[in-house]
Amino acid sequence: MTAYDIAFAALGVVATGAALLAVTTRHLVHSALWLVVTLGAVAGCFLVLGAEFVALVQLLVYVGAIVVLVLFALMLTRAPIGPSSEHTTSLAHRGLAALVGAGTATLLLAVLLPLAGGPVDRREVASGQLARDLFGTWVWPFELLSVLLLGALVAAFAVSRAVRPDTGSAGGTP
Amino acid sequence: MTALEVTLRAVAVLAAFLVLPLLVGQTEHKVMAHMQGRLGPMYAGGFHGWAQLVADGVKFVQKEDLTPAAADKRVFRFAPAIALVPYLVALSAIPIHPGVQAATLPASAVFVLAIIGVGIIGTLMAGWASANKYALLGAMRAAAQLLSYELPMVLAVSSVCLAAGSLSLAGIVTQWHWWWLAWQAPGAVVFLTAAVAELQRPPFDMPVADSEIVFGAYTEYTGLRFAFFLLSEYAGIVVMSFLFAVLFLGGWHGPYAGALGWLWTVAKAFAIAIVIIWLRVAWPRLREDQLQRLAWLVLVPLALGQLLLTGAVIAVTGS
Repeated sequence: MTAYDIAFAALGVVATGAALLAVTTRHLVHSALWLVVTLGAVAGCFLVLGAEFVALVQLLVYVGAIVVLVLFALMLTRAPIGPSSEHTTSLAHRGLAALVGAGTATLLLAVLLPLAGGPVDRREVASGQLARDLFGTWVWPFELLSVLLLGALVAAFAVSRAVRPDTGSAGGTP
Repeated sequence: MTALEVTLRAVAVLAAFLVLPLLVGQTEHKVMAHMQGRLGPMYAGGFHGWAQLVADGVKFVQKEDLTPAAADKRVFRFAPAIALVPYLVALSAIPIHPGVQAATLPASAVFVLAIIGVGIIGTLMAGWASANKYALLGAMRAAAQLLSYELPMVLAVSSVCLAAGSLSLAGIVTQWHWWWLAWQAPGAVVFLTAAVAELQRPPFDMPVADSEIVFGAYTEYTGLRFAFFLLSEYAGIVVMSFLFAVLFLGGWHGPYAGALGWLWTVAKAFAIAIVIIWLRVAWPRLREDQLQRLAWLVLVPLALGQLLLTGAVIAVTGS
């Protein structure tokens, strides 16, 4: 049991607990804030495993940009203070969701647990090595992914600007 | 590294974090006053009102700590810490002298950018939890502004990292040459503009525009929690000024750098802090559409152009 093991376990517990809170809380904005805690703890896990650059990018992109965007979108639409009941689903729905979630988790655990035997295997990955892999070996999947994201972005823009036949005006402008 | 050394480094960063923003604040009082033909604070402490901010601090401590009845109380109380702590952490990664920085990290430039980006969540939490429409509007303006200006800032920093061939701030300063002043000049302009916008300082103070939305996300705050938000603004000026000095002005480079390097870094950062104060006096507030236009149509293309220039020079010289 090294210090890395303890740190990794603690961060894992924080990440899991915050993730559970994020999906069970009735407060919309709290859910996004618990997501911040989860993503921060996952970044910490990366850090413990020696992937410093991945951890920092996780923080920069997910916490600094994506969750901020989620919060921004929540505030733009409707984010009441206190529990919101209009998004509450039926008991059967929740039970089914829990079942599916538990099933996926069991499947993942069955695959991953046999691999997780010994103590934390810390491998320092230098940023230069990461860059060489990303832009050498994995350059085509990487570029394909960015084209996919760009396509999604353009499509979202097109959908929001599409002329609605019933009103005859652009949907993007009020 | 022993426990004693870690404690000493942490205390040193905390001391710098508590003293430097006060120095910048007092400089702002006096520089702004003299630029506007006033004297500024003259009474507190005797000599040119040097103790004005200490007196302000005492005043803030005495004020009642109010939480609005309709507010989301836990988020409301927690928000100032989220806004303030990232700057403290960012300050610890900034090198001021060859080999002198509180925390040694291989990718400190990325670290500082990532940590500063977390601070916006504090503003969003404050604005949402206040249960006040002005606060909510202010938070949304802040989020829109910070999302837009983060991109040119990251691009400008990555240009310098590319030029130095290093993601570490100390590595960048070590590689720095005087002609980088011209080579990285567009990036420097982009970084300074984006930094002022990230700090929500005039002319980019739409999120706290007093004539429109009282004080934006911080409208409902009183006492110490309000003071923490103000402190985070001035700590932000300190962090951004040091970053600018380290990235674009060569940090500790200068005559007698071996002995006086730290003084050069501090002097350069202080000069940048005065420029940031000067911008507040010299420019009127930008409108929201002007803000977004400036970010996406001027700063992002400029930063991309700088990245292209940096890459081309490196490809030609082959270094």
